[in-house]
Amino acid sequence: MSFNVLVITEQADGGELKKSSREALGLARALVEKAGGGEVSALLLTAAAGELPAKLAACGADRVFLLEAADCQYYQPGVYAAAGKAAVEACGASAVLVPGSALGRDLTPRLSARLGAPAATDCIQAELEGGKVSALRPAYGGKIQMRVAFAASPAILCLRPNVFRACPADSSRAAKVEPLAVALTDKDRALKITGLERKQSETPDVAEANIVVSGGRGMREGGGFKMLEELAGALGAGVGASRAAVDSGWRPHSDQVGQTGKFVSPSLYVAVGISGAVQHLAGMIDSKVIVAINKDADAPIFKVANYGIVGDAFEVVPVLIQEMKKHA
Amino acid sequence: MNIIVCIKQVPDTEARVQISEQGNSIDSGQINFILNPFDEYAVEEALRTQEKLGGEVTVVTLGDESAENAIRTAMAMGADKGILLKADRATDDPLQVARALAAEIASGEFDIVFFGKQGVGNEHGQVGMALAELIGVPGISGVSRLEVSAGAVKGAREVEGGMELFECGLPAVISTQKGLNEPRYPSLKGRMAAKKKPLEVKPVALAAPLLTVEALAYPPQRERGRVLGEGSATVAELVRCLKEEAKVI
Repeated sequence: MSFNVLVITEQADGGELKKSSREALGLARALVEKAGGGEVSALLLTAAAGELPAKLAACGADRVFLLEAADCQYYQPGVYAAAGKAAVEACGASAVLVPGSALGRDLTPRLSARLGAPAATDCIQAELEGGKVSALRPAYGGKIQMRVAFAASPAILCLRPNVFRACPADSSRAAKVEPLAVALTDKDRALKITGLERKQSETPDVAEANIVVSGGRGMREGGGFKMLEELAGALGAGVGASRAAVDSGWRPHSDQVGQTGKFVSPSLYVAVGISGAVQHLAGMIDSKVIVAINKDADAPIFKVANYGIVGDAFEVVPVLIQEMKKHA
Repeated sequence: MNIIVCIKQVPDTEARVQISEQGNSIDSGQINFILNPFDEYAVEEALRTQEKLGGEVTVVTLGDESAENAIRTAMAMGADKGILLKADRATDDPLQVARALAAEIASGEFDIVFFGKQGVGNEHGQVGMALAELIGVPGISGVSRLEVSAGAVKGAREVEGGMELFECGLPAVISTQKGLNEPRYPSLKGRMAAKKKPLEVKPVALAAPLLTVEALAYPPQRERGRVLGEGSATVAELVRCLKEEAKVI
């Protein structure tokens, strides 16, 4: 059986392939192998392709559909949607894998509508059985896991970051690179992304970081977050916040982890001064390892934490920073 | 301005969610339903747009008759009228929901359509942008800064590492995000007035869904962890555990 998969890829600011795209390529290869045949195609929209097609090949792509255009420096929703549709048709995709970034979450429903194909966001597992794809996704704030089936082809799966394994890069792999012909309408260009306002912070975004350090009400004044920034710097982590910290104005809402914030699945989540309300747990319960530091020994966060320290954040965290710097 | 807000009634975020006997839906009997928290930003932004530019705010939802409560909440905040698209069955397929809303919205005049960025519960986060595609107008998701003028919008959407700046003409679809505004609370007077505002109920026959829920399950229980100790003396042990046991640093 031949099972073709299209992966929508995305670059970080510096033009590097994003980790979430490598994870999507890893899953694509696994699905094609499970099916016993087929091709992995990657869609690349960029202002300057450079080494990216070769990197896509190394990470698992057999074909690369390339659209190189000056305005693809930024995500252009209409252009990506039209290109995604053209690429699906060019490779006869049975499944489309989309990274679960701001770009991917915006693009997924557009592709679904344009292709008349079913789409599931926030997928944490994908199965292939008898040529049919199904996916597992958390719902109801992580209280439930939902297995969804796709009644039409292609199945569009938007993947939660940090869940799927990327293939080790193999630079001896090669891919066929093909320019993608896309017929763009005025409607596709009606919305323009005109620029990017960068955040001041040096730490990675909380939704994509492999390690997340989050603070809550226990940070007292917002100054406590200075300490967490330092810890995050030592760990290469992103800084998150509970709703209480965001509503107190200590952190921007873009850092909020929880049911009305972001859902994260890092390999390590360090909750500092966070008691663990259900809405917060919803956003981080799928983390692989959870550490809680809280002075209240009865805080609900200790029920889900793999490792806990009962203590004042302002005493424990500075020591932790020192230890981390020592080990770095 | 003809301003439309698409809303959804969802389980309270504090609700204890139980799987029904059929195994592919939740047991809604014990649950308190509320207006989707993200939709409050959408309603608020619609009202501010109306206050600035005039016009009418219409709230639309797809659901069963109980969804009237969510519409009345939006009306209590200040929306002028409501349309309840009464579905002949429940659906979890975001494309099917978008198609039903698109059929209603495209049949009338509109300048701007607001959504919350996702519905808590199913958390698909797809209906707004799918609808924008279906009705063929620009759609922007995750908007946390917005300036609406006659005929155009510009603002910013939240992305990793910053904000993407956008601009486009009207009509447009905007999905709203926390940070855009501070939603007003419905006043008692607003609640009284909401009871008398016009609500149109239109039956809708849904097509077969493309995305179907096969089964719901409770997530695997996390193993109860260990409290390693008290105070900063415990840090060395924590670091050892993270390195040697969990192997995450």
